[in-house]
Amino acid sequence: MAAFIDAGYFVATLTFVGGLKFLSSPAKAKSGNILAAIGMTLAVGLTFYSALTNALPAINMMIILGAIGIGTVVGKLMSSRVEMTGMPQLVSLFNAMGGGCAMLLGIIEGQQVGVSSLPLNVQLLLAGGLVIGAASLTGSMVAYFKLAGKLKDNRNRALIYMARTSLVLILGLLIAFSFGLLPMSFVNLIYILAFLSLLYGVLFVWPIGGADMPVVISLLNSLTGVATALAGLVYANKIMIAGGIFVGAAGLLLTLLMCKAMNRSLLKVLAGTFAKGKVAAGEAEEIHIKETSSAETAMQLAFAQKVAIVPGYGLAVAQAQHACGQLQKILEERGVELHYIIHPVAGRMPGHMNVLLAEANINYDFLKEMDEVNDEMDQYDLVVIVGANDVVNPSAENDENSPVYGMPIIRAYQSKQVVVIKRGMSTGYAGVENTLFGADNCNLLFGDAKATLQDLVGQLKLI
Amino acid sequence: MEFINQNLDTFYFIALCLFLGIEVIANVPAILHTPLMSGANAISGVILIGAIIIMLKVEPTDYLSLTLGGLAVLLGTLNIAGGFFVTGRMLAMFSTKKK
Repeated sequence: MAAFIDAGYFVATLTFVGGLKFLSSPAKAKSGNILAAIGMTLAVGLTFYSALTNALPAINMMIILGAIGIGTVVGKLMSSRVEMTGMPQLVSLFNAMGGGCAMLLGIIEGQQVGVSSLPLNVQLLLAGGLVIGAASLTGSMVAYFKLAGKLKDNRNRALIYMARTSLVLILGLLIAFSFGLLPMSFVNLIYILAFLSLLYGVLFVWPIGGADMPVVISLLNSLTGVATALAGLVYANKIMIAGGIFVGAAGLLLTLLMCKAMNRSLLKVLAGTFAKGKVAAGEAEEIHIKETSSAETAMQLAFAQKVAIVPGYGLAVAQAQHACGQLQKILEERGVELHYIIHPVAGRMPGHMNVLLAEANINYDFLKEMDEVNDEMDQYDLVVIVGANDVVNPSAENDENSPVYGMPIIRAYQSKQVVVIKRGMSTGYAGVENTLFGADNCNLLFGDAKATLQDLVGQLKLI
Repeated sequence: MEFINQNLDTFYFIALCLFLGIEVIANVPAILHTPLMSGANAISGVILIGAIIIMLKVEPTDYLSLTLGGLAVLLGTLNIAGGFFVTGRMLAMFSTKKK
């Protein structure tokens, strides 16, 4: 019987690898998701079956079945009701639940009698899984509240010091315990660690800026994977180890890819700091901006041949994707070619823009990646920048003193005309002046992204 | 040394999984980053298996542990079900306009 279950676990592990592989290829992504889900169902089913054959008490069985039933229905409801713009926070919320599960495992295991007789390495694995799970739980919750706009950034230094103190305490306790220097029972250690880790998760994510949340979610996702792998080691369960490590490794790679695209080091993101430019604010060159109207912009759009939109964070916040879809339709009718140039880190998550624009039924072929078009930007008659800022700042290419120097940008300034739709003259996330706004071929169109795009559509109908 | 010898298989296993996890997604295009993250998140819900295993050990009279264990199963299931459903929804959008 055991062989049958092990074989099933093996198949399920393969579906995870295959699922991840397929998920990273556009043509097969859908089947990859289904494949991994089937593998997961198989693994959970087999585990439940093996528990049944091992004299699982009736009450326990009912609780398991009830919890799985409720979890499936609620999970389905939550995912089918969410707006596409709310996707990143939902992923963060689900991640928090995985972390919570890992934490509870450590607590329950700690309470079970006879745990002190466990070998030290197993106790440490348990404690490690608990610490990571708990930090991932509260960290993901804070990320969720930040993305949902319910919690503001707090750059208070005290938070950062408290976060470091609790991390040192956690590590110190673990080390002291492993050398037998702690005069306390394992279960008490578990409670103290759980408390400190929950606290650490909050303190660690709170000071990190809202625009860095994608990196943080990806990192927390990776951490939940590590917690899963540690729990797998405790139970010597290969599918948990394998699944956990796949997610841990893939999540870490994704985190680093995101940092690279933003020209930020992971350490700086985590420290919640952003290097200020060497040029003091007073010395910065005065920028003369030219304002334009939506009527004028609509005219420019109507008589252009090839137009591009550079979407950013502001488009996601204003939920302006459907207005983009309307604009696409009306320009297509007029024979104007409209592309979307997407910076790797535009939006609140990598690929977030693509999901949003896909929701507005915008054809795949019109979505361009930055590298695809950056050398031929001069072919665009007009580039409209919607809610993006730092990713089009020419300082990244030509001003070594700028904090954004070295970041890959979309060379919007090379196109014939640029219109920037902005709410106000505030700087971008990096807090740097954007020299693009002062360029000769650049006009600013002040207003909310969604309202302005709808206004443009309205104007175009009149032309 | 003895510890290493006893666990050598596990170390090999971990190292190979690590490489596989990195290699398998190394060529992912940026447009799939969000669904991939969400899908990977669902896979990390495999911790549910640990929650079921632990429920096997809990005494039916230990109500505290039963409650916590039930909660663990619930959270794990939410992570898995929610994760896969939400990934499916994102991907469904990609394919509709490819016709």
